[in-house]
Amino acid sequence: MNNRRMIAIEYEQVSKQFSKNAKPSVDRVSAQIEEGEFITILGSSGCGKTTLLKMTNRLLDPSGGRIILFGQDISTVDPVTVRRRMGYVIQQIGLLPHMTVEENITILPKLMKQDRETVRSRARQLLSMVQLDPDTYAARYPSELSGGQQQRVGLARALMPDPKIMLLDEPFGAIDAITRISLQNELLRIHRETKKTFLLVTHDINEAMKLGMRVMIMDKGRLLQFDTPHNIIRHPADPFVEALIRSAYEQQSFWEGVQDD
Amino acid sequence: MIDFLLSHPEKIVSPLLNHIYMTAVTLVISVLLASLLTVLAAVIPVLGNILTAFFSVVYSIPSLALFALQIPLTGLGRTTAVTVLCAYNQYLLLGNFLAGLNEVDPGVREAAKGIGMTVMQELFLVQVPLAKKALFAGIRLAVVSTIGIGTIAAAINAGGLGVLLFDGLRTMNTVKILWGSLLSAILAVSANGILKWAEKGVSG
Ligand SMILES: Nc1ncnc2c1ncn2[C@@H]1O[C@H](COP(=O)(O)OP(=O)(O)OP(=O)(O)O)[C@@H](O)[C@H]1O
Ligand SMILES: [Mg+2]
Repeated sequence: MNNRRMIAIEYEQVSKQFSKNAKPSVDRVSAQIEEGEFITILGSSGCGKTTLLKMTNRLLDPSGGRIILFGQDISTVDPVTVRRRMGYVIQQIGLLPHMTVEENITILPKLMKQDRETVRSRARQLLSMVQLDPDTYAARYPSELSGGQQQRVGLARALMPDPKIMLLDEPFGAIDAITRISLQNELLRIHRETKKTFLLVTHDINEAMKLGMRVMIMDKGRLLQFDTPHNIIRHPADPFVEALIRSAYEQQSFWEGVQDD
Repeated sequence: MIDFLLSHPEKIVSPLLNHIYMTAVTLVISVLLASLLTVLAAVIPVLGNILTAFFSVVYSIPSLALFALQIPLTGLGRTTAVTVLCAYNQYLLLGNFLAGLNEVDPGVREAAKGIGMTVMQELFLVQVPLAKKALFAGIRLAVVSTIGIGTIAAAINAGGLGVLLFDGLRTMNTVKILWGSLLSAILAVSANGILKWAEKGVSG
């Protein structure tokens, strides 16, 4: 690893227990993410991926441990300030239903009194970037979009403030396979161009391996393995990881079998 | 009945105007107060629970008793009536306001927070516009209730349509009682209609 790079996000024994008697949803997770890395978080439903992501922008506060962003313990920073420094794509889309696509994308910069024309033209640029024609879609309401289109607007909105860190919670959940591939490639391009740090949650192993420079594999709140896709496949650190990889192989051999016919 | 209106128009018109005035003043004050309390409750959620509990106790006190309790503080007359009516309205308004604002989709509220809105921005730019229906429903409920309970204010010399009712009861004058009841019903229905119309204007 290149030690000249800054640590963008550091998790130090981070835990989250929603109530006294409940099992911890996130259990003593420790990890360091370098600036500019594209990290994917992979794990089955309910394993704590969203919880970990929400603690990163203080939508939730850890019940144990610390999260450090660029050297600063975030529990000492006002939550609103933390959130404004990060782009966040929410799992259940979360567009504001009473505002148009353009208003959704521009509301926060406008509240922060940025120049209207600049904000507007950047919003249109971002819409094109996520493959939505601004002339067609800028004035629509979220209810007039498909699920996948809404998720793309959510992505554009998160990119709007040009944040150093992007948190994406299953941003392609509602998108068909073909559009999904093209958006994945789009995201990789955005990452290459902007050098932002990306943290993307998914439960699709192919997506995690394709996008992640390193992959965090979680199960029942624990971080089982955090490594490059190559190392994970070669040296699975845990029976759960092994099973995960085997499932991906089985799928692939199905496709190969069909091709042979 | 028409004879009574024609021979003593002032005996009907003046209580009616009085009642409208009392309702309007009560409405303005209580909506302002409830809005203020709602904003405070948004910042300090515990306060919302305390206020709701307090005003539900107030609301359960019979109106005549509450009027009587208030007399030592503000004397007989309209001030006392408006004070009591505003206190009752807080239960209806605050209850509806808080319930409406809390019913806004948690996912949407989380998104508002997630993109970096402050508590106040989330309240005024997201919750209020999305809860507009519930907010207006609360106001309409409060107006109709004010018009009804307001008739009892005549017992403490606050005037209004209650004057017709109480006079009618004392002198067994059915025509007066009918006029009093009819007018307060008409008033309630038209106030409700006007507010619905205003709501459309705001939403449009
Ligand atoms: N607000 C909450 N209160 C109580 N428990 C919660 C809360 N949010 C999440 N949990 C619990 O914490 C655990 C982890 O939830 P989380 O949402 O992080 O899972 P996830 O990995 O994102 O799953 P999915 O892939 O289904 O989105 C779950 O068992 C969930 O029930
Ligand atoms: Mg999740």
